[in-house]
Amino acid sequence: MNFYLKKIAATSAILLSTAMLSHAAQTDITIGMQLEPPNLDPTGGAAGAIDQVVYANIFEGLTRYQADGSIAPALAKSWDISSDGLTYTFHLNEGVKFHDGTAMDAEDVKFSLDRARSEDSTNAQKALFAGIASVDVVDASTVKVTLSSPNGGFITNMAWGDAVIVAPESIANAATSPIGTGPFVFSNWVQGDRIEMSKNDNYWGAPIALKKATFKFISDPTAAFAAMMAGDLDAFPGYPAPETLPQFAADPRFTVIGGNTEGETILSTNNKDEHFSNLKVRKALAHAINRQEIIDGAMFGYGKPIGTHFAPHHPDYVDLTANSNYDPELSKKLLAEAGYPNGFDTTLKLPPPSYARRGGEIIAAQLRAVGINAEISNLEWADWLKQVFKGKDYGLTIVSHTEPMDIGIYARPAYYFQYDNPDFQQLMKDLTAESDPAARSNMLKKAQRIISDDYVNGYLFQLARTSVINSKINGMWENSPTQATDLTGVSWSD
Amino acid sequence: MKLPRTLIFGGILFATFLFAALASFFWTPENVEVLKITSRFKLPSVINWFGTDHFGRDIFSMIMVGARTSIAVAVVAVGIGIIIGVPLGLWAASRHGHWLDDLIMRGNDLVFAFPSLIIAILITAVFGPSAFNAIIAIGIFNVPVFARISRGGALSIWNLDYILSARVAGKGTFRISAEHILPNIANLLIVQGTIQFSLGILAEAALSYVGLGVQPPTPSWGRMLADSQTMISFAPHLALFPGFAIILTVLGLNLMGDGLRDILDPRIRRAQK
Amino acid sequence: MLHFAFTRLISLSLSLIAASVVIFSVIEIIPGDPASFMLGINAQPDTIAALRDQLGLNGSIISRYFNWISGMLTGDFGISYTYRVPVSELIMARVWISLPLAIYALAISTLIAFPVGLIAAANRGRPVDLTIMGTTQLGVAIPNFWFAMILVLIFAINLRWFSAGGFPGWDQGFLLSIKSLTLPAIALALPQASILARIMRSSILDTLDQDYVRTARAKGLTRSQAIWRHALKNAMIPVLTIIGMQFSFLMAGAIIIENVFFLPGLGRLIFQGITQRDLIVVESVVMLLVFAVITVTFIVDITYAAVDPRLRRKQ
Repeated sequence: MNFYLKKIAATSAILLSTAMLSHAAQTDITIGMQLEPPNLDPTGGAAGAIDQVVYANIFEGLTRYQADGSIAPALAKSWDISSDGLTYTFHLNEGVKFHDGTAMDAEDVKFSLDRARSEDSTNAQKALFAGIASVDVVDASTVKVTLSSPNGGFITNMAWGDAVIVAPESIANAATSPIGTGPFVFSNWVQGDRIEMSKNDNYWGAPIALKKATFKFISDPTAAFAAMMAGDLDAFPGYPAPETLPQFAADPRFTVIGGNTEGETILSTNNKDEHFSNLKVRKALAHAINRQEIIDGAMFGYGKPIGTHFAPHHPDYVDLTANSNYDPELSKKLLAEAGYPNGFDTTLKLPPPSYARRGGEIIAAQLRAVGINAEISNLEWADWLKQVFKGKDYGLTIVSHTEPMDIGIYARPAYYFQYDNPDFQQLMKDLTAESDPAARSNMLKKAQRIISDDYVNGYLFQLARTSVINSKINGMWENSPTQATDLTGVSWSD
Repeated sequence: MKLPRTLIFGGILFATFLFAALASFFWTPENVEVLKITSRFKLPSVINWFGTDHFGRDIFSMIMVGARTSIAVAVVAVGIGIIIGVPLGLWAASRHGHWLDDLIMRGNDLVFAFPSLIIAILITAVFGPSAFNAIIAIGIFNVPVFARISRGGALSIWNLDYILSARVAGKGTFRISAEHILPNIANLLIVQGTIQFSLGILAEAALSYVGLGVQPPTPSWGRMLADSQTMISFAPHLALFPGFAIILTVLGLNLMGDGLRDILDPRIRRAQK
Repeated sequence: MLHFAFTRLISLSLSLIAASVVIFSVIEIIPGDPASFMLGINAQPDTIAALRDQLGLNGSIISRYFNWISGMLTGDFGISYTYRVPVSELIMARVWISLPLAIYALAISTLIAFPVGLIAAANRGRPVDLTIMGTTQLGVAIPNFWFAMILVLIFAINLRWFSAGGFPGWDQGFLLSIKSLTLPAIALALPQASILARIMRSSILDTLDQDYVRTARAKGLTRSQAIWRHALKNAMIPVLTIIGMQFSFLMAGAIIIENVFFLPGLGRLIFQGITQRDLIVVESVVMLLVFAVITVTFIVDITYAAVDPRLRRKQ
């Protein structure tokens, strides 16, 4: 009797455990990320890595970006805009709770917006909130925001990671223990290694499929490759080693997704530099560059050439690549005309990303071929910020500008490439005031032409976002309309 | 006198790379500053003896030019160690028992205590990554080594009778150090020099590997290794050849050091303790 | 003996003070502002100024130095600029990776080096010895990061016996954690084992040449008996010194290996700190490592002197 009981018990135990092991579709996910965020408060600092972890997962704003780049309601279920474009009335979702149990209401919205636009705010995108004249609480679920002048992009601005809603009760420790309203609750941060979060059982919105998410930080492209191959990671959006993508693509365990980002990768040129202040020299620079060689050599084929500072997947994009086509003979001729028949020396200061380092080596070789001797300095971000971005002590550099619709930076004469064109500045002013879509489109196209004809910078390519993902995962974003790893729609199929 | 096999074998190995480095000033199979993306990742062949890298550059040529960097950095770093370290060590030995000797030895210990790679990284962070700063960073850590060696060797000579008689005769410590001690520790220095040289090659490779050595477009073995890492599974030759170059050069120098130690004086090893 | 220990203690303290001054001054010269690094390209100047205030970056050099020193003496290593947590927490978390890794590597290298060195010494001149000498020569010449790359290629990517790196955390299981430290430890251990084996061999051979060993052999002991009963004990002394020194190297010098295997240890903490301009972290961790090395040297000296009285006299 005993013997048979034991046998049955053993067999059932084995069957049960194998059933448990094989039956449940996986509910946890490990995501690889290149950069570790310095802290977890997206409203207190600029690092895109912060948004990569917390946006839409832990924190939410009044509105949110969706995978296709469109803006959808989030904490605000709807809004009314007054006819003069100055007053926005947001109707908030009800019953929303922060992860510490306190309720999210209009007071929190007022707190968040006022905090972001205050004098001593450390919010990196203060400009987004600068146009706000006042924020008023109408009732617990209604907030009125009054702008000082109309801004057609305001609703989009509120979807940025820097505009998420936080609570005064928990903001003090947001950097290390973020308390938001999102479908994931922060659970653990092992500095230098990973961040863990688990499902919020009291989430106000649509339930998510995942129960646990871990973000692992792997900055080294080799380590990223090894980890992905060995199965230590389930997905790596923004995968840093494009040369290894063919191997993943060939392996049925993995799927490689190629998508867009808002990152215009440019050869930024110091327009006040003794050589580059001459338009002919900048034009010579443009014709010395072979974009496809850079895309193939540095990005292994991933990336679309651009002829101006605008994203090619955007409907208003104008293809001006012919304006700066590869023509080294023309380049040498222009240099001679400008007074440099034997070329000249300049500096090429490169930040850490591989598009800059590898792209930089290729560009330096292309420039050498027309006589421009660009001396390469590989800098860390801190040094790059100090020397290039603030100090403007450089001739050339390569960087990818990842904010969406940022052609407006060309209207800032003190911006690091120091382009000062009053016509362009006026155009940007007109654009902000304009809300008619057709008129805006024409203005944007005109703006692109101006900066292309002026050869302000070398426009290289639009940064591609390649992600390597376990083939059984669904719902990861292809494109990167904003910096985020939105896991709300992600699940395992099994 | 029959030369030890280690010296011969090591000498040949090292001489090969030295020759490659010098020859690279006059001729390399292909120009390492021209990138040919279309010919990248080629396996070793008649045209490219070691194949091509991710930018289409000929790896054999890169190894030749890289030899320049490694050898130059290591040599100058050893030079710094000797020029500063030996006088310090001799001075300390001549003042043995005096607080000056103690001070120099404490200073020595202090430098030994610092984790050298971290300091090297700090130095390049402060002053910018370059061959020159790599030389300084490596050279600094050669100084205490040569100081200690020369002090140790000098101390055992100071006790000898003929030195005592020189002192009684009135010769100053500086002259004694220069005329009697220095030539007699020369053998010690030569042997240690080859060891530090080989360590210098490894150190330069490590610094270049983390990006703190000589900058592009000048090739460097360490940087070639760093660049090759993500591609090692489909283009292993990118990592193998620079790796072998480092290993063989260091091996050659170490064997030379052993061989030199054997012929110059086996009793030296006692003095070193 | 006491007098000797006391004078060494004084010099230990002096060394530490000198070290702290050197470290502090070097790090203060580093260019790059942590605040602008943290806030990124599009931050406004007033935002940056506000953050600098928050981080306490605006005091005078002298006052900041003394704050740092007095803090460290009480166990307060400051607050990290980037992570906003106490540096001591970061150190505690990382030390439990770097320390076990160093011990593991030391164990592997010792376990290999001792028998190998012994065998070589006992068979001096014969083929076994020559093979061992040849192999160790090769081992010394191999850069440990290159070896690490090859190990990852073979054992992690191709054979999938080990993960490519990372550290699951001790709470995930002892064996699992040890497994993730195995490839890094082997990569670190290889050159060390080669050096140790050679030193072991030469140390034993030197001892064998000593008079007292010759006396033992004259009394009729065989060569191996001479080795075991007399030479080994004394040969160990220099070997132990080297082990002590190597331990310090392993703790600090594993930066590159930690990077290759993405282990969140002390070495990588420093590297990241320098990159992110987190000066507080860099200062404190470097100081800690220097302290560890100086202390280990001090202990080794004292032990050495306790064992061999000849060293205590001012020689």
